[in-house]
Amino acid sequence: MDLSSAKQIVVIGGGQAGAQAVFSLRQGGYDGAITLVGDEPAPPYQRPPLSKAFLKGEMPEERLYFKPAAWYQDNGVELMLGVSATRIDRSARQVHLSHDAVLDYDALILATGSRPRALPLPGADLDGVHELRSLADVERLAPQTIAGRSIVIVGAGYIGLEAAAVARQLGMDVTVLEMAPRVLARVTSPVMSDFYEKQHRAQGVDIRCGAGLAALKGDNGAVTAAQLVDGSEIKADLVLIGIGILPNEELAAEAGIACENGILVDRDARTNDPHVFACGDCARRPLVHYGRIGRLESVHNAIEQGKLAAAAILGKPRPPEDTPWFWSDQYDLKLQIAGLSQDYDELVVRGDPEARKFATFYLKSGALIAVDAVNSPPEFLASKKLIAAGAKVAPERLSDTSISMKEIAATAV
Amino acid sequence: MVKIIYKDFEGTVREVDAKVGETVMETAIKNGIPGIDADCGGACACATCHVYVDASFMEKVGTPEDMEQSMLDFAENVTETSRLSCQIPVSEDLEGLTVTTPEAQH
Repeated sequence: MDLSSAKQIVVIGGGQAGAQAVFSLRQGGYDGAITLVGDEPAPPYQRPPLSKAFLKGEMPEERLYFKPAAWYQDNGVELMLGVSATRIDRSARQVHLSHDAVLDYDALILATGSRPRALPLPGADLDGVHELRSLADVERLAPQTIAGRSIVIVGAGYIGLEAAAVARQLGMDVTVLEMAPRVLARVTSPVMSDFYEKQHRAQGVDIRCGAGLAALKGDNGAVTAAQLVDGSEIKADLVLIGIGILPNEELAAEAGIACENGILVDRDARTNDPHVFACGDCARRPLVHYGRIGRLESVHNAIEQGKLAAAAILGKPRPPEDTPWFWSDQYDLKLQIAGLSQDYDELVVRGDPEARKFATFYLKSGALIAVDAVNSPPEFLASKKLIAAGAKVAPERLSDTSISMKEIAATAV
Repeated sequence: MVKIIYKDFEGTVREVDAKVGETVMETAIKNGIPGIDADCGGACACATCHVYVDASFMEKVGTPEDMEQSMLDFAENVTETSRLSCQIPVSEDLEGLTVTTPEAQH
């Protein structure tokens, strides 16, 4: 459907995806009305530093903002902050807001993001139990991260491990509890899991995999310990829950928009309602390099889908769909990930983990599908292109560090 | 405030006031300078903030560290004045710095 004559565009959600959609609409020459509705008080900001430099206190808040607040005013974007959408009336093409206002739209972009999965155990609501998703979460957590105090982190995903690194660097006693037999089990191979476990242990983090948490214990309403299923207790002045996120799809689902673990969208980020788009964490999209659909929780995905939605609304050619990519900073380790490694049938290690500079490649039927690169940008950048091209690469070449990644990229088929 | 001048590949010149301590990349993004994507927000993770530093400023700006250099090796049309602008902090020394943005970052 052609929406290029749209005069009123409403964006719900002020995270990376919603902000990108706004920037791309204006960059693309759209000069009609834009309203950006965000339920947080701050103007759109970057989330990745929240579990890294910002948590560590090395970055002022205003450096998180994509644009100064004046940009929105100067560019005719109405920011409605601290406001949430309560209902979409698709037949009237209206969004109802939390303060009883109603917005008309010609095109609606849902960038509602995700929320941390709640810990379904006794004690989860005690004081001192935190999650890490928003600026407000960090504002609550950061003043409590004091040297010598103890923190128990539940969940050894990227958020949990990045927070563990920061807490350790701030001088806290850090314990990480993971239910699975290894860290990062959902997202990477045993080789990388083993590497990160060793790095954290060497830094003094107590990593406990296969750990069953039974409850959080408290005194006078404040958390004091984590109790495991075997009855043992770990002292905790603070607890951080990092056990994954859930897509905020309810607003769409209640309006009858198709959802299934995320708002379902096509390659243009369009839902089953041609006037409604969804992008970022909340959307489940075609993964064109993998022949399936999936939900990606990443900066790359938020930016790309924001651009896709804006281009589709403006009737412009579809922007490129890149290999999914991610990064994680822990201590002095920069992990760069390209592609999705699920279902790989061959794993190749290049370089030496002991040297803290190496990469693991994931192949399926001879084609490169993903890479995890630690302090190794060439491995990451070359692979990103090879994966997009569906290239086959000989494993013995990938593992041979005497052959440069440039050469491997140039000779791959 | 320090004056930074951005030229795009077509020769259009844009002059902005930069805050000391922010980077040449952040200054560009906050002022809506086209030609710099900076997808990762300054984490030196994506190589989409490539610029060419004016030769007369190369000495003051300095050369890239290893991580940045190995990212640059995979950017398009790299020259010896190429830098990732997220790795150039603005300082008083850089008053009048001129950088040129490439035609594409991807």
